[in-house]
Amino acid sequence: MAEFTLPANSKVGVGETYKAAAGAKNIKTFKVYRWTPEDGKNPSVDTYEVDMDTCGPMVLDALIKIKNEIDSSLTFRRSCREGVCGSCAMNIDGTNTLACTKFIDEVKGDIKIYPLPHMPVVRDLVPDLNVPYAQLTSIEPWLKSSTQPPTRERLQSPEERAKLDGLWECILCFCCSTSCPSYWWNGERYLGPAILLQAYRWIADSRDEAKGERLDNLEDPFRLYRCHTIMNCTKTCPKSLNPAKAIAEIKKLMVERTI
Amino acid sequence: MNSDLRSHLSRARGLGSAKSGVHHFWVQRLTAVALIPLVVWFAVSLVMLSGADYSMVRAWIGSPFVMVLLILTIVIGLHHAQLGIQVVIEDYVHGDGAKLAMIVGVKFIAVFFGLAAAVAILRIGFGG
Repeated sequence: MAEFTLPANSKVGVGETYKAAAGAKNIKTFKVYRWTPEDGKNPSVDTYEVDMDTCGPMVLDALIKIKNEIDSSLTFRRSCREGVCGSCAMNIDGTNTLACTKFIDEVKGDIKIYPLPHMPVVRDLVPDLNVPYAQLTSIEPWLKSSTQPPTRERLQSPEERAKLDGLWECILCFCCSTSCPSYWWNGERYLGPAILLQAYRWIADSRDEAKGERLDNLEDPFRLYRCHTIMNCTKTCPKSLNPAKAIAEIKKLMVERTI
Repeated sequence: MNSDLRSHLSRARGLGSAKSGVHHFWVQRLTAVALIPLVVWFAVSLVMLSGADYSMVRAWIGSPFVMVLLILTIVIGLHHAQLGIQVVIEDYVHGDGAKLAMIVGVKFIAVFFGLAAAVAILRIGFGG
């Protein structure tokens, strides 16, 4: 039945406050979720005052500055710092996005930073993404073909290639999946928007010969049909992709092969 | 100690695809489309019957065309409703026993009321 009590570690307390150095004139306040598995305490929100005169323009710049100059224990993932790797996905100002492409200026007032919602937390802003990665493996995201491989490239017309636009750009940051209430409630059985967009990327590929097999594996009340077109995925996608449309296309193909 | 030591891939694959769901999806949309004209007809009819007395309403229900449309509205409406409530239960109820009991209960209730309404309308129409 429904659970009415909060699970362990859900109550977030007030943490430390790190004041900016005296004389700093252009201060922005960052409120950052902190949790470590070692101390047995509930999570807390630490407050960092950052001098914007010596900080880059992006939220990731501020996080790196905090880690380098204020509190080296702050833990987060980042790599490319240009919106290509998907590592620094987190919840900033109430919306899942990439810290590296989110301008500090865009947020009015204090900047609240939390890990991606409804995932187990490893530490601070680092979510445990093992389940979505395993779900990605489960849809077998690679080209499948039984035809003898050609000696050169597998040919594709410009029109066929155009069908992959809006799909191949996904960087698997999981901003969409972790913004989806259906994924929150049934994350182990519903594949979520990120994985379904990946699944459609291979279904839509003219070179792939396993379309029917892929649809068979998706036709499930939970894997596919938990999508209720809430559209949070499309709204939050930091790459401006449309996972909801990809899911709708899969649902259309499901009907197409039955009538 | 965590009692679930399956690999992540084993959890993700679970029991495999049910290879069903498209029928539920299709019927939900089919009934939704059918309900658009039926509900409009029903609402307009109720407005036109305002002020009518008991015998007039009985006579209206008893006409063959109205009987067919009324039974269609109620049966398709209940079918659509039970499909929708099933989805809500699957979304939010996570205990296997409670989920099964609620889905079965909703389907039984829908069939009961659908049949009861049909019998009532036919009884008026064919005089009982």
